[in-house]
Amino acid sequence: MTEILAQDYLLEARQMQALSFVVHIPLVCIGIAFPALVLFVEWRYLRTGDELYRTLARRWSKVLVALFAAGVVTGTILSFELGLLWPNFTATFGGVFGLGFAIEGFSFFLEAIFIGIYVYGWNRLSPRAHFLSGLPIAVAGVIGSFMVISVNGWMNHPGHFTFENGRVISSNSAKALFANSFFWHEFIHMYVAGFIVTGFLVAASYAVYALRGRWGRYERTAFTVPMTAAAVAAPVQILVGDWAAREVAKNQPIKLAAMEGLGQTTKGAALHILGWYQNGDVIWGLGIPKLLSLLAFHNINATVLGLDTVPLADQPPVNVVRYSFQSMVFAGTFMALVAAFFLFFRWWRHRLPGSPWFYRAVVLCAPLSIVALLAGWITTEVGRQPWVVYGYMRTADAVTGASGIPVGYGALAAVYLALVIAVGWILVRLARSPMPPTPEDTDAVHPLSRTE
Amino acid sequence: MALQIIPAAVVVIGLILYTLLAGADFGAGVWQLSAGGGAHARAIRDHAHHANAPVWEANHVWLILVITVLWTAYPQVFGAIFSTLAIPIFLAALGIILRGMSYALQNAANERQRRYIDLSFAAASIMTPYMLGTVIGAIASGRVPPGNALGAEVGSWTGPTSIIAGFLAVATGAFLAAVFLAADAERLREPLLVESFHGRALISGVVAGGLALGGLFVVRSDAPRLYDGLTSGWGLVPVVVSGVAGLVAMGLVVLRRFTAARVSAALAVAAVIIGWAVAQRPYLLPTTLTVEAAAASDTTLIALIVSLAVGAVVLFPSLVLLFRLTLAGRFDPTSQGPPSATAGAVSRERRKHAAQTGIGFFIAGFVLLTIAEPTVAHIFGLIFLGIAMLVGFRAVGPVELAQRPAPEVSGRSLREILRRPR
Repeated sequence: MTEILAQDYLLEARQMQALSFVVHIPLVCIGIAFPALVLFVEWRYLRTGDELYRTLARRWSKVLVALFAAGVVTGTILSFELGLLWPNFTATFGGVFGLGFAIEGFSFFLEAIFIGIYVYGWNRLSPRAHFLSGLPIAVAGVIGSFMVISVNGWMNHPGHFTFENGRVISSNSAKALFANSFFWHEFIHMYVAGFIVTGFLVAASYAVYALRGRWGRYERTAFTVPMTAAAVAAPVQILVGDWAAREVAKNQPIKLAAMEGLGQTTKGAALHILGWYQNGDVIWGLGIPKLLSLLAFHNINATVLGLDTVPLADQPPVNVVRYSFQSMVFAGTFMALVAAFFLFFRWWRHRLPGSPWFYRAVVLCAPLSIVALLAGWITTEVGRQPWVVYGYMRTADAVTGASGIPVGYGALAAVYLALVIAVGWILVRLARSPMPPTPEDTDAVHPLSRTE
Repeated sequence: MALQIIPAAVVVIGLILYTLLAGADFGAGVWQLSAGGGAHARAIRDHAHHANAPVWEANHVWLILVITVLWTAYPQVFGAIFSTLAIPIFLAALGIILRGMSYALQNAANERQRRYIDLSFAAASIMTPYMLGTVIGAIASGRVPPGNALGAEVGSWTGPTSIIAGFLAVATGAFLAAVFLAADAERLREPLLVESFHGRALISGVVAGGLALGGLFVVRSDAPRLYDGLTSGWGLVPVVVSGVAGLVAMGLVVLRRFTAARVSAALAVAAVIIGWAVAQRPYLLPTTLTVEAAAASDTTLIALIVSLAVGAVVLFPSLVLLFRLTLAGRFDPTSQGPPSATAGAVSRERRKHAAQTGIGFFIAGFVLLTIAEPTVAHIFGLIFLGIAMLVGFRAVGPVELAQRPAPEVSGRSLREILRRPR
C-alpha cells in the first residue's frame, strides 16, 4: 500500500524539493561571496578613512542581513524536507552523510551569531573589532557550502560504507564525505560561481543607475567592486567547468552521455549543439565531429560510453539534462565575454566603459548568472536520476509514504512566491531609502535594535 | 553504550536551549499579537522586536543542530518522526518561513505595512511552537512507530498528550518571554514596559504552571508509561525541580527581581524537558525503538561526537560574545573613525606588475588544469587559477578604477531605439 502511494507522489515530491533548491541556491551564492565583498569595502574604509566606503559597506550589510534571513528559513525548509519528503533516504543513509550536515549546522551557527554582531554593531564596536567580527561570516559561508556539497558529492559517487539487504552495515563518514574524488570539482565550480552570481547581481543593480544617469563616485565604486570580482571569476570558471566535465566523464559516464545526448557508445564521438534527443540520437543538432572525445578524454579517437550501457530504466531524462547543460554553457560563455571585455577595456583605456551597451549586457548577466547556476545544478541532480544515492537507492524508493504531498507542495509554492516578492520588495526599498553619508547614533534607547 | 547515549544527550541539550531561547522569541510574538492598539501597544511590540532581532537567527539554529544530530546518530528515528508527523512538522516549517520573512521585512516597512507583518509574525509565533509541541507529545505518548509513515497521519499528533504539549510549548514560551522582556525593560529604564511585562509574566506563569500540572493528569490516562516514568524513580527529580523552580520564579517575579527570575524560569522549563527524556529512557520511540537499537555505526558516532566537541569549542565563546553584547545592552560607542589616509591607492606600477603576474598564473593554471592529465597537476592548476583571480582583482584595482573620472554613460536609450527603428 505504501509502495503504491509512494509512487503516486514521487513527481510532486521531486518538484517540491527542486522548488526549495531553486529558491535557496542563489542565496547560498550570496552567502559565499557577498560577505567577502562587504569586508573588502570596509577594509578600504579602515585603510583610507574615506566615509564613502563605510556608507557602502553599511548599505550592503543591510542587504546581506535581509538575504541571510531568507537563506536561514529556506535552508531550514531543506533540512526538514530531507525527512518530510525522503525519510527512507535519511533513515537508511543518515549515518553515512549526516556528519556533513552536523558540521554545516555549526558553521551556520557561527554565521548567524556573527551576522547579528556585525550588522547590529556598526557604531558600537571599534572599527577594527567590527571588521574582525565580519570575518567569521565569510569563513562560515564557505565551510557551510563545503559541507553540503560534500554530501552531494557522496550521493553522486557513494563509497566508504558496506550495504547489505537495504541497510548500511558499517560506514566511515569522514572518508565517505571528504575522501571523495567526485566532490572537489563540484565545490570549486560552485565557489567560483558564488562570486560570479553575487558579482553580477550586485553590479547589475548599479549598472541600472549608470543607465539612468546616476554615475557618481559612490555608484561607480559600488559597481566596480562586484564587477571586478565577477570579471576575474568568469573566465576562470570556463576552465574549472571544463575540468568538472572531464571528472564527470571519468566518474559518471552515464551523466556525461545524458549531458551530450550520446545514445550509443562511440569511438571518436561528435559534440552536438542544440537539437533534440530522440531514440538514441540528437536530431536537428549542429554536430562537430570528434569534439566530444577530444574534450572529454583529450583524444579525438577516445571511446565515450553511451546511454545504451545501462537499461532504459536506469537512464536519466536526457533532454532536461542536455538542455540544462547547454544553457549553463551558453550563459557562462556570454558572461565570460562580458568579463573579458571589461578587463580588456580596463587595460586598453584605463577607465570604465562609457557605452550603454556594456551596462545593458551587465544587467542581462544578472538573470543569466542565476540561469547558469540553476541549470548547472539541474544538470548534476537530474543527471543522477533515477538514483538518489547513485547505484544504491532509487529516488522512488526514498520518497515518503505520507499523503498530502501535493497540498504541501502548493502551500510551499505560495509561501515561496510571497517570500520572493517580499525579498524583492525589501531590496527595492533599501535601494531607494536615502542614507546620510555620516549616520548619527539616534537610537540610544535600543542600541542594538536598528540596522540603520 | 556511552557512545550511543552522548548524541541523545546532545539532542536533549539542544532541545532545551531551543526551547529557552527560540521559545522566548516565539513568546515575544505572542505578546506582540496581544498588545492591542495605541502608543503603549506599539512600545510593547517594538520592545519585543528589538530584543530579538539580533539573536533570533542564532536561537533558531539550535533546531537545525537537533535535526542534524538526530538524523546522523539515529537515522531511523528521524525517518519515522518526519514521515508519520509530516503535517505538524510542515506547518511548523511554514511558521518558520513566515517568521524569518517578518524579520527581514520589518526594517523596510512603514507603519501600516508593519501591522500586517506583525500579524503574520504573531500567528507564526503561535503555530510553530504549538506544532513542535504536538510532535514531542506524539513521540512521548508512543504514537510514532518506526518505518516510513506507518503511524496515523492525523491521529498521531492530535492525541491528548500532543494537545497538552502544544499548549504547554506556547505558554512556557510566553512566560519566558515575559520574564526576559521585563528584565530587558528594567535595564533600559522603561517603567511602563516593566509594569506591562510584570503582569504578563504573572498571568502566563499561572497558565503555564496550570498546564504542566494538568498535563500530568492527562498523561496519566493517555500515556501511562510516561506517567510512571515521571512520577517514580529518577523521573521524579526533574518534576520536583521544575515545580520548585517554577514557584521560585513566580515569587521572584512578584518581588520584581527579574534577573534572578530569568534563571529560575529557565530552570523550570528545562527540567520539564529533562523529565520527559528521563521518563522515556531507554526508548527514543516508546516502546518500539531504544537508543541503542536506533544508533548508527560506531565510526559515525565517534566522528559526530568529535565534530560536536570541536564545534562546541568554537561555538560557545561566540555565543557568549553575542549574548554579552546583547544583554549588556550597549556596545562601547566609539564612533571615531580610523586614522585617515594611512595608505594611498595601489600605485600604477604595482598594478601593472600584478596584471602580468595574474596573466602568468592564469596561463600556467590553464596548462596544468586543462591540458595536463595527472591529478597532482590539476591540484596545482586550481591553486594557480585561484592566485590568478586574487592577483587579477588587485590588478584591476576596482577602488582606483572608480576614483578615476568616468564619462557619462550616454547613448540612445532602448526606448528611443524601439520607437524609431532604422
